[in-house]
Amino acid sequence: MIITKAKPFPEILQSLEREKTIFLVGCSECATVCKTGGEEEVQAMRDRLQQEGKVISGQVILDPGCNLLEAKKEFRKHREEITHADSLVVMSCGGGTQIAQEASGKVVHPTNNTLFLGTVKRFGQFQQYCSMCGNCVLDLTGGMCPMTRCAKGLLNGPCGGANDGKCEVNPDNDCAWIKIYDRLREIGTLEEFIASPVQLHDYSVNTKPTTLLLERGRPGMEDK
Amino acid sequence: MTALQQALSTEKFAVTAEVAPPKGVDTTEMMNNAKYLQGKVHAINVTDQQSSVMRLGSLASCRLLKEAGFEPVFQLTTRDRNRIALQSDLLSAFTLGIENVLCLTGDHVTLGDHPQAKPVFDLDSVSLLMAAKKLQQGFDLAGEELEGTPTFHLGAVVTPGYEPMELQVLKMERKVRSGAQFFQTQAVYDPEEFRTFMKAVTELCVPVMLGVVLLKSAGMARFMNKNIAGVNVPPWIIKAMQETDDKVATSIKITARIIRETREMCQGVHLMTMGWERHVPAILDEANVTI
Ligand code: SF4
Ligand code: SF4
Repeated sequence: MIITKAKPFPEILQSLEREKTIFLVGCSECATVCKTGGEEEVQAMRDRLQQEGKVISGQVILDPGCNLLEAKKEFRKHREEITHADSLVVMSCGGGTQIAQEASGKVVHPTNNTLFLGTVKRFGQFQQYCSMCGNCVLDLTGGMCPMTRCAKGLLNGPCGGANDGKCEVNPDNDCAWIKIYDRLREIGTLEEFIASPVQLHDYSVNTKPTTLLLERGRPGMEDK
Repeated sequence: MTALQQALSTEKFAVTAEVAPPKGVDTTEMMNNAKYLQGKVHAINVTDQQSSVMRLGSLASCRLLKEAGFEPVFQLTTRDRNRIALQSDLLSAFTLGIENVLCLTGDHVTLGDHPQAKPVFDLDSVSLLMAAKKLQQGFDLAGEELEGTPTFHLGAVVTPGYEPMELQVLKMERKVRSGAQFFQTQAVYDPEEFRTFMKAVTELCVPVMLGVVLLKSAGMARFMNKNIAGVNVPPWIIKAMQETDDKVATSIKITARIIRETREMCQGVHLMTMGWERHVPAILDEANVTI
């Protein structure tokens, strides 16, 4: 899921300096789990903005915030409230904020910083395991991603910097490569890895901004 | 063939030291420091934005040293440049008469003075070696043919005191396969630790130069033990640096002793001087090393 973190409230308030009437948009998925855009947070934002003298014309929690058709459909139901608002304050990820802009045509303000594609370790504890490089090498690296979990994204083995098994860049993290080598040894493919060709990442596979169009009728695609 | 390559390919004990480019454009001190090394070393390493601190470039500094009659070792890290810039800098180095290249991944930007910078790491030390090797075969990484082929003497680094050592040996093997012709090590202070390491890498049949950082104080030794991976300064050295009235003389003695005790195990020494280039002649005298 997409991990977000709320911006400091004064920064949000400053972005609304010239505006009076606000429509609030939340997200039922990732931003709800991250506690940055669910029911509770949208309600709290409403209260705080009202305390600061803003008028809240309405609010909606999109399911999810990053789907253009869903946003358009819900925004139609709230047309009056949105038309009256000076802007939309969007409590989702950067993708959701842009979708809100596209679906409404209004000025939008993000309340969150979008951080990474996260896995959930336990409630409220997220980790970055994949940086969506477009060319997965997990098969070679024992199911642990060096692109992401090694601070330098090294693909050909560890740097010389790990101290007591911890990464030189951030000692809170284990050195990914020590773990990868341990795992490769465990599953008996370490020698194979050492003898394998030098790994180079192909950045051309996902030149920004990437789009993907599923072909109808292909497996993995619902045919409506 | 570079002088360093020649020394490493014969029975000679090779000697290198390093100088650091200035933060700015006044190269007086760097060039003065290099003068102390005249006739004492085979080549001088020039660090590349060491510890991710922005400085004058390694390539320009190498050329200045070359013009002053020294043989440089161009240190090149993958932290700040993508594969296009790295290959281009390799070609530039060759056209400027610089053939010794030490290929490194480099420290992360967050450890330096511009922590906000974008870390590149498009290649790593292994793929950089491979790129340099390909250039020598007349092609770039994209497989395009070169007009005129460069030659290099390619080096890499290894940390003998790294735990677990096996990982460093495996990476070293990968580096050798990718084109590394010599190794300079991270600082070593314990001859026995070095012996174990050298035993583990004999099969790789590649020259290894023992690295030593000149100790300036007991505090510096403790700092390295705590913060630098694979560096283990033994207690007797820390004690000697603590108790001495003359830190310079003691540091010279300690460094010379390490060189004497490890000399038979390896093919050369690399002195990481930290601005103490002026003491290199005394160290080499005391260690009985001449080039
Ligand atoms: S290699 Fe890593 S970053 Fe790339 S897709 Fe696989 S898990 Fe994600
Ligand atoms: S210490 Fe390990 S995880 Fe950290 S940068 Fe080096 S190889 Fe990567």
